[in-house]
Amino acid sequence: MTTTALSVRDMLVVYEDFAALNRVSLDVQHQESFGIVGESGSGKSTLLRAISGLSAFQEGSLTVDSRNFNGRKRDREFYRTVQMVFQDPYGSLHPRQTVDRLLLEPLAIHGFDNVDARIARALDEVGLGSGFRFRYSHQLSGGQRQRIAIARALIVEPKILLLDEPTSALDASIQAEILNLLEQARRDRSLTFVMVSHDLGVISHMCERLAVMKSGEIVEILPADALEKRQFSADYTRQLLVASEGFRRD
Amino acid sequence: MIRALRRRPVLMIGAFTTTLLTAVALLSLFWTPFPPTKIQILQRLKPPLEQGLLGTDQFGRDVASMLMAGAWNSLSIAFAAVLIGATVGTAIGLVVSVRRGWLEMLVMRACDVIFAVPPILSAMVLGAFIGAGRFTAIIAIATFMVPVFARLTLAAALQIWTRAYVHAAIGMGRSPLKITVVHVLPNIANQIVVQVTIQLGLAILTEAGLSYLGLGLAPPAPTWGRMLADAQTFFGQAPWLALLPGMAIALAVTGFSLLGDGLRDMLDPRSR
Repeated sequence: MTTTALSVRDMLVVYEDFAALNRVSLDVQHQESFGIVGESGSGKSTLLRAISGLSAFQEGSLTVDSRNFNGRKRDREFYRTVQMVFQDPYGSLHPRQTVDRLLLEPLAIHGFDNVDARIARALDEVGLGSGFRFRYSHQLSGGQRQRIAIARALIVEPKILLLDEPTSALDASIQAEILNLLEQARRDRSLTFVMVSHDLGVISHMCERLAVMKSGEIVEILPADALEKRQFSADYTRQLLVASEGFRRD
Repeated sequence: MIRALRRRPVLMIGAFTTTLLTAVALLSLFWTPFPPTKIQILQRLKPPLEQGLLGTDQFGRDVASMLMAGAWNSLSIAFAAVLIGATVGTAIGLVVSVRRGWLEMLVMRACDVIFAVPPILSAMVLGAFIGAGRFTAIIAIATFMVPVFARLTLAAALQIWTRAYVHAAIGMGRSPLKITVVHVLPNIANQIVVQVTIQLGLAILTEAGLSYLGLGLAPPAPTWGRMLADAQTFFGQAPWLALLPGMAIALAVTGFSLLGDGLRDMLDPRSR
């Protein structure tokens, strides 16, 4: 039996008089990998930021692990459960800290013991040896940085990982490596993923179900294999699919 | 040394000038050629090299010694004022960058009000209440330094707060205070250091202005500003009395400006 890991009900995010998120609802099951796709400005990142508490939502409700949250306030327990990986691996690491300090920070906040072993294990898990431990972020490549960002998220042993376009800043070959790494981590740790991307290929590869968003609303929610079978009802989904197949010379 | 000078001439000249001035100011605490306040009325208005290195003023006091003691008075007031202004201003800027909302409105409008009142004017008002002197000068100058640093810090900190690594820290459950100390402050420290240096030059200029108007240190303590004011009467007979303190002020202000510019170029090449 599956249970709900994360539930969003009628979430409303308004900037000035613009509704960035217009009463969005969705449920993500435990250990599910859930994708959110849509064009730029469709509200997919806003949704992720509102869930993580980086921006506030004005109305609606958010339930994580059967606990309710609203506005921007999240407690430490929430951040133990939910971790986020950001789009830009160049901006998401503190420029003046070594990898060691970067990974120590979340451990210190949540009062973990045995930090040395945990940091070593985390680096190992993302495929970087201990040789990277005392490097600064500017000494790492984009893919290596994103691995560090993933290690930082995983090190507090969260149950849910929010992924905001985790590979869109990386080139194609690195993309595949990072996606495989994430997939491996999900299997090993029984994680729940909520992944935002404008790349339908990435989403259909990684996710079991996906929501298609447009203008701050969810157009439809469908299983990933429905994309291949072209079993969708919304016209917009078809447009998005055609667009993602790229330009074809006929 | 020569290579460094060629690579960063602005920085090196600024550093050299300010180091020299600071050294002279510190030296004056222990040694000056003559006691700077000693009056020798028979030796009055002697030109440079005839009596002492830089001549004497209308009371026969040694100008070189007065300039040295003046350097200490000027620099110590400037340093204290900028230290207070930078600390208070930076703290305000950091707090506002976390809270924002109505507090940001309030603080920024307060800054506008302080900017609108010239520091000389606020020093006169302050002097009327608590009397002219070192403390008045420091507080008056610090008061107009605070909004400079508050604005700079706020603008820089807000930029840092939008960075993904700060979002990551929020996502770890870090408190705003910890994020400010660990993530924001180290990444804006460069800008603050540069501003401190530039403000030191301005503070010296303001202090000279205050003591020129008689709002600085009380006589007989020598200050560059009052030397300039006193020299006006004798400009026809003894022009060096006006030129020398004027040059000292110009040298100090230029030195700190160059040092600030040089530091900025070195620490943040993008902001040129």
